[in-house]
Amino acid sequence: MSLFDFLIRNRNEVLQLTFEHLLLVVLATGAAALVGIPLGIVLTRRAALAKPVLAIANILQTVPSLALFGFLIPILGSYGIGRVPAIIALFLYSLLPIIRNTFTGINGVDPAVREAARGMGMTDWQMLTQVELPLALNVIVAGLRVATVISIGTATIAAAIGAGGLGTYIFRGLRTVDRTLILAGAVPAAIMALGADFALGSLERVLSPGRAGVSQKRRKWVLGIGGIAVGAGLAVFLLVGALSKGGARVVVGSKDFTESRILAELIAQTIEAKTDIRVEQATELSGDLCHRELVEGQIDTYVEYTGTAFTAILKHPPISDPRAVYETVKADYRTLFNLEWLEPLGFNNTFAILVRGETARRFQLKTISDAARHAPQWRAGFGQDFMSRQDGYPGFARTYGLRFAEPPREMDLSLSYQALANGQVDLIAGNSTDGLIDKLGLVQLEDDRHYFPPYEAAPVVRRETLDRYPQLAGVINSLAGKITNEQVRKLNYAVDAEKRDVRDVVREFLSQL
Amino acid sequence: MTGDSAIQFRDVNLTIDDKSLVQQLRFDIMRGETLVLLGRSGSGKTTTLKLINRLLEPTSGDVRVEDKPAREWDPIELRRHIGYVIQDTGLFPHFTVERNVAVVPRLKGWPEEKTRERVRELLNLVGLDADVFAHRYPRELSGGQRQRVGVARALAADPPIVLMDEPFGALDPLTRAELQREFAALTKRLKKTIVFVTHDIREAFTLASRIGLFKDGRLIELATPEQFAASTHPEARAFNESME
Repeated sequence: MSLFDFLIRNRNEVLQLTFEHLLLVVLATGAAALVGIPLGIVLTRRAALAKPVLAIANILQTVPSLALFGFLIPILGSYGIGRVPAIIALFLYSLLPIIRNTFTGINGVDPAVREAARGMGMTDWQMLTQVELPLALNVIVAGLRVATVISIGTATIAAAIGAGGLGTYIFRGLRTVDRTLILAGAVPAAIMALGADFALGSLERVLSPGRAGVSQKRRKWVLGIGGIAVGAGLAVFLLVGALSKGGARVVVGSKDFTESRILAELIAQTIEAKTDIRVEQATELSGDLCHRELVEGQIDTYVEYTGTAFTAILKHPPISDPRAVYETVKADYRTLFNLEWLEPLGFNNTFAILVRGETARRFQLKTISDAARHAPQWRAGFGQDFMSRQDGYPGFARTYGLRFAEPPREMDLSLSYQALANGQVDLIAGNSTDGLIDKLGLVQLEDDRHYFPPYEAAPVVRRETLDRYPQLAGVINSLAGKITNEQVRKLNYAVDAEKRDVRDVVREFLSQL
Repeated sequence: MTGDSAIQFRDVNLTIDDKSLVQQLRFDIMRGETLVLLGRSGSGKTTTLKLINRLLEPTSGDVRVEDKPAREWDPIELRRHIGYVIQDTGLFPHFTVERNVAVVPRLKGWPEEKTRERVRELLNLVGLDADVFAHRYPRELSGGQRQRVGVARALAADPPIVLMDEPFGALDPLTRAELQREFAALTKRLKKTIVFVTHDIREAFTLASRIGLFKDGRLIELATPEQFAASTHPEARAFNESME
């Protein structure tokens, strides 16, 4: 799909992300101007403060943005993710150019002019407002311009902490190695930066006091119109922001991989189809961000895996009984986090022991125990992860009494699929929801001794949200048990390999249920 | 004290960072006279000027302006009461000629009509056609025209005292001579107390009712031009000889 097609087809999302991006930049640089310009003015009056303040602002700007976001997370506590830390970080970055340009702009006013102003009997305030600020205005606007352009660029990184904006596309594109997606984030951001640069650059030239033919009157007009435009823009922003917060609304979160995004879309479309509740999505929440945003109420629901909740969040040692795992996380989440686990969707995202379809048919293999008899004639290939994990190869081999013709080869997970299909190995441990399984005609053997811990996918919802929308639990549970491993593989394959739009894929799937 | 002295220096010293800028200044400036402060660069003449409108404050001693110690004046009030012209004109580049001249009347809150009238009157007084120049910006003027605007601005609120710091210093010799002549005629009509700083002895003779000679922060001679021409003081003789 070309970039243009993508932007047209996804124009609503593109517009929303652009809006989010602009909102971050406008709020951050606006706040930086409100703080930075007065601070810059104070520095021209308190020369002793100038050096330390500029040095601090300088240091702030050298902190890499990702690191700054990282620092802000613990400092801000429950506001550590989402828009607030993004705006704070962008604010801090914007301060230096604004303070510095205000300071140097005012100090750059011709000393003779300043002496004349004092000699005429202007008070300090009159000198500032009638002489220094008008003459420094173009330099101050230049600082605003630099701050705005920096902010537009840096705001793309804010997607990493769930602040939204055009960076969402860039991060999604980087993960799925999708150049169109990366460009879909980068090109609008670049256009926005160039536009801001041009607009503020023109303003700067008009305001330049040395410019011939620009009368005081015209400067006032430009300033007035610019001020009204910015004010009106801000008002619209805030109004739209306020409106979008109102009404029945549920936010569905998703992690930073395709399957999670598909499941969120599934939940979102189901809710939208069966209720009047408006659904928003918070995507690309990596690591345990989904869980934390859910606990803090920034999102209302997301699809979690029982095994992940059991070991990674609740820190229990792995066990293999799916029922026991589900009941434990359900009970623990209720008491610890006031969160509800709804019914599992039906599939299990765990290690899948795979053989070629032709092998399975020839030996009539259904389970891993069936395969164990033939294993001594086979070669196996496993990913590094499977070889080293607590619930990986050593226990697996012990449980099924497995021996192979030669010690298993350690290889990259994605390569092991190809190695199996080409006959270089005869058995691998893949991922049970991977679209490649069907594509390559592989067969998953049943874990008949229940060695692997279960990773059943199920929606987790805030208790408060369920209380507020009593119909919600029933609506989401209409998906319970509806998605088999085979179906989720197809969905993953359609998005990852065929590069189809998540929403279309999910819409198609739901229409066939 | 005498009623006919406008400004009095009484044992004034100014030391900044252990450097003595002026020492033991003790002299009077008479009402309506044009006192030219003459001296080499760094001799203390500009410092003396700035002590009058409190752009600088003395370390010790008293400057009195109109029978009132300068330190008892509100500095803002004092400066609006005294016209001020500097070498680089210090015209506000973002203001038209009209607004530049109107600065002090506006600061003093004059009615708009009176201010505008006054601006026209002053522009004509300094030889600039108000219809032509009122709406121009300083960058659209020649050096001589700018300096005329500077003078008009200093006179705008009709201050009894005008301080001028080498106002014609940066002009070409012909323009300078022209402005000096016109200004000499102007001062005779206006009857203002003028303190005029220069290092140009010809200028001093053209304008001065008295000449004060500075050397190393001290006032070493204070005399009418005739007396000054006959002075035996080595520094005065050096200046006089430079004219020949």
